[in-house]
Amino acid sequence: MSVAEANAPALRRPVTSQQRWGRIGIYAFLGVMTVFFLLPLYVMIVTSLKTMDEIRLGQIFALPVQPTLEAWATAWSSACTGLDCTGLRIGFWNSVQILIPSVILSILLGALNGYALSFWKVRGANLLFACLLLGAFMPYQVFIYPLVRFYAQAGIYGSLPGIVLTHVIFGMPVMTLLFRNYYSGLPTELFKAARVDGAGFWAIFFTIILPMSVPITIVAVIMQVTAIWNDFLLGLVFAGRENLPMTVQLNNIVNTTTGERAYNVNMAATILTSLVPLAVYLGSGRWFVRGIASGAVKG
Amino acid sequence: MQTAQLTRHMRRNTAAYLALLPMAAIVVFAYLGTMAWSVRLSFTSSRMLPRNDFVGFDQYAQLFGTSRWLTSLENFVFIAIFFLAICFVLGTLLAIFIDQNVRAEGLFRTAFLYPYAMSFVVTGLMWQWILNPDLGIERTMRNLGFSDFVLDWVVNSDTVLYAVVLATVWHGAGLVMALLLAGLRGIDTDLWKATRIDGIPLWRAYAFIILPILRPMIITSLVLLSISIVKMYDLIIAMTNGGPGTASEVPAKFIMDNLFERANIGLATAASTTMLVTVLLIIAPVLYSQYLGKKGTTA
Repeated sequence: MSVAEANAPALRRPVTSQQRWGRIGIYAFLGVMTVFFLLPLYVMIVTSLKTMDEIRLGQIFALPVQPTLEAWATAWSSACTGLDCTGLRIGFWNSVQILIPSVILSILLGALNGYALSFWKVRGANLLFACLLLGAFMPYQVFIYPLVRFYAQAGIYGSLPGIVLTHVIFGMPVMTLLFRNYYSGLPTELFKAARVDGAGFWAIFFTIILPMSVPITIVAVIMQVTAIWNDFLLGLVFAGRENLPMTVQLNNIVNTTTGERAYNVNMAATILTSLVPLAVYLGSGRWFVRGIASGAVKG
Repeated sequence: MQTAQLTRHMRRNTAAYLALLPMAAIVVFAYLGTMAWSVRLSFTSSRMLPRNDFVGFDQYAQLFGTSRWLTSLENFVFIAIFFLAICFVLGTLLAIFIDQNVRAEGLFRTAFLYPYAMSFVVTGLMWQWILNPDLGIERTMRNLGFSDFVLDWVVNSDTVLYAVVLATVWHGAGLVMALLLAGLRGIDTDLWKATRIDGIPLWRAYAFIILPILRPMIITSLVLLSISIVKMYDLIIAMTNGGPGTASEVPAKFIMDNLFERANIGLATAASTTMLVTVLLIIAPVLYSQYLGKKGTTA
């Protein structure tokens, strides 16, 4: 932080009134923008704490008169998604079950690919990698139907392994790129020394490369956790009725109810669904920024 | 001696080939194979089940005679242009303002970027609620005495796209801010001193000296935003479900509907092939100029 501040344009000339107005303008702009960005979150939180009677008054910005967590309890355990009225908790555990193997597998494969691509000469590897990267830009709709047919043939359509495999497939371009870029920045002397000592492909990977990969793995975990948790389309198509992730359940709760909408329950459900990525974001601080920055296709 | 070296070399390479096998399989089957199959299907008369006939460009002719598809293309262009332009301008302004040695910088950064951590489903549901004319901002303003206040964007087919752009900008502007702020922090203090000695006004320094230096960050953020907008499906599903009518239909949704609900595989794959070709035409020059035009940018 201190280094960053030192690098910022320090405009420490005597303060003129024009500059004072400039400062006021800066804070006014940032303040208005903060309100714009925080307002939806505020509205969601207060709405989730209100009763429906209070919501019907139509004062979306008002604080709840008698705050209650009833809507949260309903959202978690008894809100209806279509025919089932078991709340979001099912979706939450589904998402956890999808998330853990998907994150681990995609990161392991990404690290392995990145390592093989940056330290070993494998014929045709760069062409493969180029195709993979190009795939990262394509809309999922191009791949979805044939994949559904493949999965059906293999008997994994609509199953947990199916959705995990899907996340591994579509996470691979970014993960591979991330680790490849990181490894190409490591000193090759280490690698060469290990080879002179007779270490082979796997020995080098497990004893030298993996231990050095901690920082980039943190970035990878942040990226994959948020991406997989927030996924909707892949979960909708590949997970099957039994394994629908939380995002799909949330949309079902909100958008398929008949009769009057329970906005307080909907908003509680929406907040519950975003708790995991929000916690990742708030907990990881600038690692999150580093994650999106290095997730960019720039290699 | 020589044979020993040779066998060791081979064993080493075998391991590297083996390690890249999953990636090769995924590229060949999940990316290239599915892409090719989608393109192939678009030249068949497949409806509910894939057929193996060849009908030339019939599906494409039908596709571009379908008003719903044309609407979704128009909507997509509208959303993409306004989303990218507003995100870029707003994100850049936020980054520049935060860079003026403001207090509580961490608070501002957190407030501007947290939406990016949340899913599009959550974003869509949030804004659907706030813009809901019955109980949202419109009703609140009317209750306050502004009886003619109108903010019915989500339910008005003439303005629903503004609502979509608003929600996407809220979600994505922080990304531009974060990436550009990181870039601004990397700028040499000497450069700032030089512009001050030359008496260049601050805004000119940003517009003509600093932003051109930040070109890589700008391109990165625009590429990331473009990828998300091409893939955008969840936000529309959650916020408007394409409505009212077909007023907020997008290509990604058109394809999904035709694949899974309308049993129109030929038409859907013709649409996804159109997306594929469009993305290729746009991405290829960017990739070329970024990675092949100038060498040595790889980390």
